[in-house]
Amino acid sequence: MSESGIGAAVRRVEDKRFLTGRGNYTDDINQARQLYAWMLRSPHAHARLKSVDTAAAAGAPGVVAIFTGADMAADGVGGLPCGWQIHSKDGSPMHEPAHPPLAVDKVRHVGDQVAIVIAETKAQARDAAEMIAVDYDVLPAAIDMDAALAGATLVHDDVPNNMCFDWELGDKNATEAAFADAAHVVSIDVTNNRLIPNAMEPRAAIAQHDSSTGHYTLHTTTQNPHVIRLLMGAFVLQIPEHKLRIIARDVGGGFGSKIFHYAEEAILTWASAKVTQPIKWVAERSESFITDAHGRDHETHAELALDNDGKFLGLRVATKANIGAYLSTFGSSVPTYLYGTLLAGVYTTPAIYVEVKTVFTNTVPVDAYRGAGRPECTYLLERLVNKAARETGIDPVEIRQKNMIQADQFPYQTPVALQYDVGDYPAAFDTALRAADYAGFDARRAESESNGKQRGIGISTYIEACGIAPSAIAGALGARAGLYESAQVRVHPTGSVTVYTGTHSHGQGHETTFAQLVSESFGIPVENVEVSHGDTGEVQFGMGTYGSRSMAVGGPAILNACNKVIEKAKKIAAHILEASAEDIEFKDGKFTVSGTDRELAFGEVSLAAYVPHNYPIEELEPGLDENAFYDPLNFSFPAGCHICEVEVDPDTGVVDIVNFTAVDDVGRVINPMIVEGQVHGGVAQGIGQAMMEGCVYDDSGQLLTGSYMDYTMPRADDLPNLNVGTQSVMGASNPLEVKGVGEVGAIGSPPAVINAILNALAPLGVDDISMPATPARVWQAIQNA
Amino acid sequence: MPTVSMTVNGKSVSADVEPRTLLVQYLREHLGLTGTHVGCDTSQCGACVVHVNGESAKSCTMLAMQAEGSDVSTIEGLADGDTLHPMQEAFRENHGLQCGFCTPGMVMSAIDLVRTNADPSEQEVREWLEGNLCRCTGYHNIVKSILAGAKAMAG
Repeated sequence: MSESGIGAAVRRVEDKRFLTGRGNYTDDINQARQLYAWMLRSPHAHARLKSVDTAAAAGAPGVVAIFTGADMAADGVGGLPCGWQIHSKDGSPMHEPAHPPLAVDKVRHVGDQVAIVIAETKAQARDAAEMIAVDYDVLPAAIDMDAALAGATLVHDDVPNNMCFDWELGDKNATEAAFADAAHVVSIDVTNNRLIPNAMEPRAAIAQHDSSTGHYTLHTTTQNPHVIRLLMGAFVLQIPEHKLRIIARDVGGGFGSKIFHYAEEAILTWASAKVTQPIKWVAERSESFITDAHGRDHETHAELALDNDGKFLGLRVATKANIGAYLSTFGSSVPTYLYGTLLAGVYTTPAIYVEVKTVFTNTVPVDAYRGAGRPECTYLLERLVNKAARETGIDPVEIRQKNMIQADQFPYQTPVALQYDVGDYPAAFDTALRAADYAGFDARRAESESNGKQRGIGISTYIEACGIAPSAIAGALGARAGLYESAQVRVHPTGSVTVYTGTHSHGQGHETTFAQLVSESFGIPVENVEVSHGDTGEVQFGMGTYGSRSMAVGGPAILNACNKVIEKAKKIAAHILEASAEDIEFKDGKFTVSGTDRELAFGEVSLAAYVPHNYPIEELEPGLDENAFYDPLNFSFPAGCHICEVEVDPDTGVVDIVNFTAVDDVGRVINPMIVEGQVHGGVAQGIGQAMMEGCVYDDSGQLLTGSYMDYTMPRADDLPNLNVGTQSVMGASNPLEVKGVGEVGAIGSPPAVINAILNALAPLGVDDISMPATPARVWQAIQNA
Repeated sequence: MPTVSMTVNGKSVSADVEPRTLLVQYLREHLGLTGTHVGCDTSQCGACVVHVNGESAKSCTMLAMQAEGSDVSTIEGLADGDTLHPMQEAFRENHGLQCGFCTPGMVMSAIDLVRTNADPSEQEVREWLEGNLCRCTGYHNIVKSILAGAKAMAG
């Protein structure tokens, strides 16, 4: 390992600008002659738009233009597309109702866009928006999933019973047979609470159009600029790629919510050509709550069949998934292929059958939020396994060990489509039990009891599929695009390097970890490497950052480009050193003729590549600048074990997390400091889901948790220090053998927390609690027991 | 429009502003000091924390005119040329930031903590941060950074 190469805890390259206030977030950017937009949004969850009268507002001070859905429709603007097509059990494709950027005939959730007001200042735009007279014919709202499925109120008139699709996976007959043979059947009903992602930077965009060239430029807060260019350019506004540039410089967190192509991006870009001036829009936090795609929101009934020894025989799952008012970009993939395919978990359950009814409601669209489908799956499984332990009288540790896939069983084909490539789940499990001092728990419980507290310990194992995605497999599962990643490694004449990646960093530290890859490959310090991302005008192509794919898919693309550079550089070095290319060795930044002391430094060869006096020009092009695309052979499969220990005050219901241990197999670790930070952040979001966060709509579709006064975000004194570590098995199906780390914390932690709380409350007779387990809910559960 | 005058990062500044202009708008839009961020509209997130006469203040909750005659410092004014303030350096060394959006408010808030409590405990740091939200770090490394920064400032 070199000082700055793979495995080194290199301090982050990007930090200095963030720490000195020199970040370049979208709202920090301003253009000459810039105008400001305000979105007029529906205050109703469901209403027909009878009329939208903008006449008075148009005459307000500073107003430049006002546009409505009718204006965009008249221009032939398309609807926002969904990137993943799912088919129902009967083979019919999912319902894909129109999703106009500005509402045309109906509004379908509180926050749906009705009009854009463009003015000289933001205050003028906002003031004028209040003068628009909208005549709403308010309709009953479909909010509860069961009520929506009954179909009395239709979110989309052409979608019967509000059912987007009714999907299944697994062998139904084999699963039924497994249940017929079972000694025990354990059943559970769980709700996976709806969450609001809440990246700290609100979404923002600046659109501009140059009428002399026909070029559009959109600065936007996105996790995947090229995907926005593709979706908005090809499907919504019909702007070809060479006339459309998407730029996302610094982005203040995403967690999934900034993957999707949002209406405001299309509205602003379209309107910028009308007003021929740049337009800026920045969401207020209250807008973020009612327009950023939400996450989770599942209701599930599941049953586990076991034999007399506690071996799992079969798993049967029926889930209702809320998809909100419209299909968001990846909305259909989350409750299906990111959920059902992981239901084997780390266990050898031989027969699994899952069916998912996905439901339109008059709420904000639901899409991927950190973990996306896999937290829902893990929470269900690990609650169910704990309940099975309790009902069969087998220890929660033993029942897991008894059913775990063993290290010699890989590759392991699950009954739900995936083939796990490598892993050692029992090893990470044992490490976690030791790290959490599971054996010493009884003594700690006794001590808590002597202080009037209930103490509990909860275990969760998990597996996830990351490195999205092997394109052929993704395509077979319904993805409408392959999910390659691309890289360009440009060596400059004096040996410094710029790397262009199609992934996007919005907190993950790619400017550091990707530079470490190049540092390792070329034997040069990280200071000599710069990483460029987030601009379709600079980076050739990319699919962005989500699904823990950046290092697992983007990393090998960079590595392959580096290897191409080295191969070419060897030929150049061979020419200069008058040797055969086969005899050139490259190590520690030096090209050496094997067995001799004749050598050239990396910078000498790069200089020769650009400004040579002596170059094999008839055999080789000048320059040292290589592209590579990489498509993984399989998903990667991070896995691990999280253990939570809590102390509950039975008088108040307050839960204190006294210890949290995570042992994760994330494959090769490029930068251990950044890996730990990613786990910390994910676990905090998982603890937030388990104990604090929950999105609440009333029956009319008003969001009751629409601000930080109402939606509980984890704060510093809500969380403990976290005991995190990695125990990795090499051999993942990519050249770097990395598995991904961005989502593990949010996936593994919620069931560990709830299992711990239930363990603490078991002596009081509590056997179920829902997320978020707030003090009020815990106290009430104790009272009801 | 009334005129507002103050000192920002040691420099006297003055401008005509609409009376409803918030201090954060004045800093970002009039002075171009975009290091101070706006993350919410209910004074909950703390991304906008600056120092007014040495004490931390949420600049989204103050009118620019309320800072008339004040000495304001922002994240841009902390470093001494290329040398980071010890608290900034502690955040860098301890990976106390990820996306960077909450970071200016966190650093400004942390420095004010150390002003009032030179040797805070971990619990005191956690409680002090009740007005600052971070979604990336789980606070683990922010707390570690502030404890290290406090030591460095004392040293």
